[in-house]
Amino acid sequence: MPVKELREELKEKIIAQLNLEEFSVSDIDDDDALFGDGLGLDSIDALELIVILDKDYGIKLTDPNEGKEVFKSITVLADYIAERTNK
Amino acid sequence: MRDCYIHSAVSISAQNTFSTEDFLLDVIVHNAKKIQAVYPNYKDFISPIAARRMQTGVKMGVVAANKALQVAKLNEPDAIITGTGMGCIADTEKFLNSIIDNNETYLTPTSFIQSTHNTIGAQIALGLKCNNYNNTYTHGSLSFESALIDAQLLLQQQEAKHVLVGGIDELGVEFVDYVQMIEANESKGICVPFSEGAAFTVLSSEKKENAIKLQDIITISEASKEELILKLEDFLTLNNMDTKAIDAIILGNNGDVYDIYYEHIVTSLFSNVARIEYKHLSGEFYTASAFAFWLGTNVLQKQYIPKEVLKNSIQNKSIKTLLLYNQFKGKDHSFILLKI
Amino acid sequence: MQNEQINKNDTPRVVVTGMGIISAIGNSVEANKKALLASKSSIGSISKINTIHTEQIKVGEVVLSNDELISQLQLPDNNNFTRTALLGVFAAKEALKNADITDVNCYKTGIISSTTVGGMDKTEEHLKQFDTSSESQKYISSHHAGDSTKKIAKHLKINEFSTTMSTACSSATNAIMLGARLIKAGKLERVIVGGTDALSKFTINGFKTLMILSEDVCQPFDEYRKGLNLGEGAAYLVLESEKIAKKEGKSIMAYISGYANANDAFHQTASSENGQGAYLAMQKALDLAQLDPKDIDYINAHGTATPNNDLSESVAIKRVFGNDIPDFSSTKGYTGHTLAASGAVEAVYSVLALQEQTVFPNLNFKSKINETGLIPNTEIKKKTINHVLSNSFGFGGNCSALILSKE
Repeated sequence: MPVKELREELKEKIIAQLNLEEFSVSDIDDDDALFGDGLGLDSIDALELIVILDKDYGIKLTDPNEGKEVFKSITVLADYIAERTNK
Repeated sequence: MRDCYIHSAVSISAQNTFSTEDFLLDVIVHNAKKIQAVYPNYKDFISPIAARRMQTGVKMGVVAANKALQVAKLNEPDAIITGTGMGCIADTEKFLNSIIDNNETYLTPTSFIQSTHNTIGAQIALGLKCNNYNNTYTHGSLSFESALIDAQLLLQQQEAKHVLVGGIDELGVEFVDYVQMIEANESKGICVPFSEGAAFTVLSSEKKENAIKLQDIITISEASKEELILKLEDFLTLNNMDTKAIDAIILGNNGDVYDIYYEHIVTSLFSNVARIEYKHLSGEFYTASAFAFWLGTNVLQKQYIPKEVLKNSIQNKSIKTLLLYNQFKGKDHSFILLKI
Repeated sequence: MQNEQINKNDTPRVVVTGMGIISAIGNSVEANKKALLASKSSIGSISKINTIHTEQIKVGEVVLSNDELISQLQLPDNNNFTRTALLGVFAAKEALKNADITDVNCYKTGIISSTTVGGMDKTEEHLKQFDTSSESQKYISSHHAGDSTKKIAKHLKINEFSTTMSTACSSATNAIMLGARLIKAGKLERVIVGGTDALSKFTINGFKTLMILSEDVCQPFDEYRKGLNLGEGAAYLVLESEKIAKKEGKSIMAYISGYANANDAFHQTASSENGQGAYLAMQKALDLAQLDPKDIDYINAHGTATPNNDLSESVAIKRVFGNDIPDFSSTKGYTGHTLAASGAVEAVYSVLALQEQTVFPNLNFKSKINETGLIPNTEIKKKTINHVLSNSFGFGGNCSALILSKE
């Protein structure tokens, strides 16, 4: 899957999985911080995202701390997934 | 010993009790087996980012709690005490089913986190950034009453001045059907609909003008009808009253065979007082008696018994003292005395 | 708090006159004591629950099966006792016996129990058969958290006051606290207080999603701790007013001298960095007991061995005790985390610490946490112990602390 499409897909999944009803895909910029001041996600959301990675992309994170880097932004996350699935 | 004054009483219920000043003027007649509460506009009270993880019970609880604080003009209570019979049953069911359906794989934490009984009390504290005393009771139909007893104790023993107390239960989607299935198999099961709601009150040791007093409360796990009469008489005596002091009685009749307990109390002691029933309006759930608390407070404040809840033709000119009696399946009896 | 204080002399002191416990390390107070003194943990592989996580978790299971508990309690075959209720009745019975109470109703007696998931162990087994199987349907009414308390009350013939609390892992400490307050206020003369929780798939999977379960035996307060081990169990204390205990010639095991409940108000599951809730609970308990931090001889810490709890609790302990940290240990390495019951399990251990004048070791500790540098007690240590502080913290920011004293 091209990275651009992957990014859109991730946005949709994040909105659905985290019940971000107020947001639409266009509200999330590729480089927005997902946590903290950006989208405002927290540690519970990080755990939800870990399950998305595992279930939909077959990537297992065993240490929740790894998530901090991986879930920095949609761009970072999409690149991380692409590297591990497009081989 | 300090007195307990009711500084506010707020209810979200299957009736229009939250967003209107009217006192049960246009009641909703419910014919369904299960009825949802009339939900408030949550967004007026909870930010969407905070609300996105909340199921009905948590949302109703947080909103009712906040309004109870607003009405009482209180920013930070000295204690937050909730009672909930089934706890956060919707998220419990959700997590339980995902365990079963996915054979323990790909589970996410949100519904587990939100399923614990103390979620409502915790979310209220979190929203207020309130570090004070925080407790949650879950003891079937005595859940709200247990919370009230704790609050009364905090006030009487001068451990707190203002306490936020609430009773909350949500309908959920699955368990309620099983419970109703069992009821339907009974020869005379519960006849009123099953429902949900959240009722909160601010209790305070500070006397306010026109504030209603929570005179006393007692719970009794098990007793025969005869023992119950004796215990009620003792309870009244303890409060320097006799049965003649009671101007109206609020009963938790739900149409099942155990309604005989209410009949026994009325015919033995209260045949000449105004008789109020409410579960046909609120529906039955473990904390339905919190609706009765709201109802009683309003009757005393407004000096008026809405016709939809008055079950006999006795209406005193002035209503000074109210007795609330609830029980569930002939057990878990509670008496609450409210006074003007 | 108010300035105007209630006259202390009028307030009865609250004493412990009996205890009962069932945990992974034993089915009685005596057996638990023996295991504690032998530094013998019972954390191991799960055997009674069929879960796919068997290889990835270690738990503290009670040895007795449901059938064995039913038979020992002489329950009828068609009973609808959940494991939570079975464990609860078993421990509460021992507590009454231990307090030499034969007629439970000769004083105004209540019961206050606590649980997190109530009858979940049976619900998760039978949920999908509730609408079809009559054998399963009996467990519909045993799901709610008050059910186990009602069964204990009935078994012990307590008809008056009973209630159930559920504040996650601080539950039983809150039950002890309410019991003490009701006696002090003169509303009850005697009260059985504690908690019970059985292991369930629900809790195992719940904690698993939070990624805080350790694959190995837990290492409380260790720099390299990897998370907690779940446990199960029940424990109850008999509380009485000192006056009645003395009148009855009871031996007084301990005094409930301080307690407090505070909320961290930080996060639904995580503890704050400065451990504010824990700090307030400990400090307020000391204030109520009119003790200085230096008076505490031993802290039975909450110490779940999750990265978050142990750091936050360590910070809070340092805030209360400064540079003069008392001996402390977490006993979770023996029993696993028994959730709602843990506050009562550890109150029993705190009383045992007073009786034996012994600090129990914190098992599996190797390296101190870098940020705080606290080192728990890792050996059996005999010393003079007059006051023990026991901490219990839970999800929802619920933090409670209890102080038990010899005199």
